[in-house]
Amino acid sequence: MTLVEVRNLGKSYNAQTRVLKDVSFDVEAGEFVSIIGLSGAGKSTLLRCINRMVEIDEGKVIFDGHDVGSLNKKELRKMRTNIGMIFQHYNLVPRLSVIENVLHGRLGYKTTLQGVFNRFTELEKEQAFYLLEKLGIADHAYKRCDQLSGGQQQRVGIARSLIQEPKVVLCDEPIASLDPNSSEVIMDYLKSITKELNIACIVNLHQVEIACSYSDRIIGLSKGNVVFDGPSFMLTSAHTDEIYGTKTVEARKLVSV
Amino acid sequence: MNEKAMRSQRKWQTIIWVAIIIVFTYLASDITNFNIIHGIATLPNAITWIFSNLYITPETLERLPKILEKLAETILMSIAATTTATVFSLFLGLMGSKTTGTSSVLGVFARLVASVARNIPVVAWALILLLSFGQNSMTGYLALFVGSLGFLTRAFIETIDEASHSAVEALRATGSTYFQIVFKAVIPQCLPQMISWILFMIETNIRSATLVGILTGTGIGYSFDLYYKTLNYNAVALVTFAIVISVIIIELMSNRIRKVIL
Repeated sequence: MTLVEVRNLGKSYNAQTRVLKDVSFDVEAGEFVSIIGLSGAGKSTLLRCINRMVEIDEGKVIFDGHDVGSLNKKELRKMRTNIGMIFQHYNLVPRLSVIENVLHGRLGYKTTLQGVFNRFTELEKEQAFYLLEKLGIADHAYKRCDQLSGGQQQRVGIARSLIQEPKVVLCDEPIASLDPNSSEVIMDYLKSITKELNIACIVNLHQVEIACSYSDRIIGLSKGNVVFDGPSFMLTSAHTDEIYGTKTVEARKLVSV
Repeated sequence: MNEKAMRSQRKWQTIIWVAIIIVFTYLASDITNFNIIHGIATLPNAITWIFSNLYITPETLERLPKILEKLAETILMSIAATTTATVFSLFLGLMGSKTTGTSSVLGVFARLVASVARNIPVVAWALILLLSFGQNSMTGYLALFVGSLGFLTRAFIETIDEASHSAVEALRATGSTYFQIVFKAVIPQCLPQMISWILFMIETNIRSATLVGILTGTGIGYSFDLYYKTLNYNAVALVTFAIVISVIIIELMSNRIRKVIL
């Protein structure tokens, strides 16, 4: 089933530079897709067009049958409850506890007052603890988020997105600020939730090797254009040269580290 | 450039700056006919006067209960002005900040209110309001309120702008409403800073309240003015002492609170 359809998407922040040019692809449920490319290639913008955190200029994004660009404020909020998002810098509220941050994922399902006064149901709380248990950080539930390590904070971020019961999880450089061990843990979790819950996972990465080993499919972006779209085993060094604009083997190695 | 050249350059820079400051000081005092030497020469006399007149005698201590009553009035008025100003400033701050502002018109409005309220000194506000409200504590309260409103709005706008934008983005991505984002992401992050500013405002207001009180004839400022004009310098000393002690106590208390919350 096609969950996300991106059709001829274009985006420009100012008149001179077009960040995205005519980008088209589909993502199915249960698919793990990596988007690779240089910094500034438009990866983050592409991801944020899917849940319209940035406005769509040209083309269309269709999520689960809804044209994302034409939704009004209320419909947009409702749509966003079905899209989880994970960030490079975790984007938690550092002074609040882990469990509070996880429950923030439910705010989209609440009225303003229910949200402001923390009226979460027992079921939601149990679900939050279940997710923390699953991600191995249940012991830290009542700790403040700024006392956790980077890897643990990112797991809180994952829990926050999963409690939304999302159909798609968008991950913007989820491991860019983590050490190799934590990175592996986070990527393993992302991979397993994609399969277990049969959701789509779209991950921005700049490590080609990690992208190849985890994802079913890779989309290569260069200067706002899709220059590669296919299963990860089909990605050759010729493609990475095009994506990263490098010619020499040494330079490519530097990029892919 | 080697180390020696850099050092000699630094030396010359220092000499030039010191020379500029001396020239400016000289010109400024020359234009205003202020004689620095004379000013310094009268210091010993001033100190002698202070020590021979501004001391507390046992008789003046009888006035202490009355002074403390006035002092309490002043402190409570300062706190009331600060807390009410906080409520309004919070909304103006949310309107004025780039992170949480909803429309540019409201943003400009909030910044304008803050700027007008803040750039007119509290004493000037007291004199302006004196004309319409007369000599009573309402005038003092309003003058402090307006001053606090301006300062706190400005401080809140900056606090909210500085607080990381990231959690706001995350909550927006979950489909949260505006007020959910404000209460769940913005305020939890800004709270320690905001409380710190509010405490600072209370301290500042207690100090300004004395001056405002002299103008509006209320609180401890009125006592000060009264004793001063009746040449009861011993009582003036007691009033001053009471003010100093209370300001120090409030400062210590708020430092303590800051340490706990930050």
